[in-house]
Amino acid sequence: MTNAHPTAPAHRTPQFLTATRNILVFLARQPTSLFGLIVLAVLILVAIFAPLIATQDPITQDLNNALQSPNAAHFFGTDELGRDIFSRLVYGARITLTVIFLVTIVVGPIGLLFGTVAGYFGGRVDTVMMRITDIFLSFPSLILSMAFVAALGPSLNNAIIAIALTSWPPIARLARAETLTFRKADYIAAARLQGASPARIIWRSIVPMCLPSVLIRLTLNMATVILTAAGLGFLGLGAQPPMPEWGAMIATGRRYMIDSWWLVTFPGLAILSVSLAFNLLGDGLRDALDPKQMNRR
Amino acid sequence: MMKPLSIHNLSVSFGAVQVLHEVSLEVAAGECFGLVGESGSGKSTILRCASMLNDSWSGTVEIDGRNVREMPVRDRCRTLQMVFQDPYGSLHPRHSIRSALEEGLRVNGIGDRAERMAQAMRDVGLPVDFLDRYPHQLSGGQRQRVAIARALILEPDLLFLDEPTSALDVSVQAEVLNLLVRLQKEKGFTYLMVSHDLAVVDHMCDRFAIMQHGHIVEILSREAITQGTATQPYSRELIGASLEYERAV
Ligand SMILES: Nc1ncnc2c1ncn2[C@@H]1O[C@H](COP(=O)(O)OP(=O)(O)OP(=O)(O)O)[C@@H](O)[C@H]1O
Ligand SMILES: [Mg+2]
Repeated sequence: MTNAHPTAPAHRTPQFLTATRNILVFLARQPTSLFGLIVLAVLILVAIFAPLIATQDPITQDLNNALQSPNAAHFFGTDELGRDIFSRLVYGARITLTVIFLVTIVVGPIGLLFGTVAGYFGGRVDTVMMRITDIFLSFPSLILSMAFVAALGPSLNNAIIAIALTSWPPIARLARAETLTFRKADYIAAARLQGASPARIIWRSIVPMCLPSVLIRLTLNMATVILTAAGLGFLGLGAQPPMPEWGAMIATGRRYMIDSWWLVTFPGLAILSVSLAFNLLGDGLRDALDPKQMNRR
Repeated sequence: MMKPLSIHNLSVSFGAVQVLHEVSLEVAAGECFGLVGESGSGKSTILRCASMLNDSWSGTVEIDGRNVREMPVRDRCRTLQMVFQDPYGSLHPRHSIRSALEEGLRVNGIGDRAERMAQAMRDVGLPVDFLDRYPHQLSGGQRQRVAIARALILEPDLLFLDEPTSALDVSVQAEVLNLLVRLQKEKGFTYLMVSHDLAVVDHMCDRFAIMQHGHIVEILSREAITQGTATQPYSRELIGASLEYERAV
């Protein structure tokens, strides 16, 4: 027993996996977060298998079949250029997922780094870093993203950059507030007494404590990201035609809305259900990652 | 090796409030020295300054003749460790006991980790397979043993104990104190221990200082508690009150 444990990582991985499984089980138990999980799973599957699911090419125009109402050949009808709306929605899932994914992997680490560093060091470092986030926070995120895209030039990539630039400050704020609550804790003092460097303390002791709330916040944030991306697409500042981006689809469909309701309804429903799903998932995650719940594991 | 600690003219202010006023004390090598005093008298602050957790103070602190300010971090960590008051707050809730113990070894580049961790667990009387537990899976007393193991694992010479038993209930208190006494005998530690319980001081310490409002009122030997040889009125009052309390219990 005494010398049977050679290294730690062998033990850490299963612990992480069980925690993930427990959280998923917890989420699946509540109807609201279950809905979120299902929508997210469907979104991912649809994005992966888009070529198999889509009935037609999302870009090929067929002017003879323009503006057809939903029927057996075109589940959700066709748009003004005769493109199949169902297929465009399916391919649009890829764009949506890409946006969410890229924004999240940029925003999460940046916000976490900014917030924990500012919170841990305090003093002047904190003041400078938090004034920078305040500047970003003082503009509504859609307006600021619009300004960025207008400056960088409209395209999907620039929209992603703009959204990322505008959505890290709330994460940084949150991480800082969390860090402040336990930077004075004895376990941080103990780590310092063991000779750990500030970088190591932030990474090993502080980040794990901030992670749950940051994850929750990121999940809730995804709804906003989707809406901002759709908003930029709608304004013609995001994905450019002929990309099947949901917001851009609504923007072009708007002109035919009175006669052809399906042009805006289905992309609208897609945006609604996905952003709702992320909101519900975030709420569920908040319960699942509640420290009192954690203690039961 | 046993090392003495000497604190000379230690003064600290937080903002406009001076919390320690030129505190001086000498702890002999291998001695257990107590710090007693009312809440807020600056006992923990002495430990936090001498261990450089707080570095904005004036005065000198020397361990075995070496100024703590000038010691390289690694040397300091391997000379001086601390056990905190509240075992519920001193262990990282998301770190297993293994990673809590391993951290210090990794940071200081010490090899042979598995064997050292097992030895530290045995030293504090915990089963070695507790290494894979998380703090919430342990009782308060077991957590405090882990905190002691974490301090031991870097093989320090000097241990600061900040009310190591006050968060534990009475039967567990005795266990932990006996563990500390045994460890001191085995490893020759020098202890600087904060306590507000004179019974604990009587049990553990050779000498102790009585503190009030950031001043050391008097330094007494253990016998002063029972023989009433304290000279300062505040010390007499404190010792008298504590004896009365014990009689009442
Ligand atoms: N970071 C700080 N900022 C401002 N004041 C502080 C700080 N830390 C401690 N103090 C003050 O210093 C004084 C001494 O605090 P200290 O923690 O050393 O008391 P203590 O003797 O350990 O008390 P207790 O027995 O309650 O633990 C208190 O009046 C406290 O308010
Ligand atoms: Mg204290």
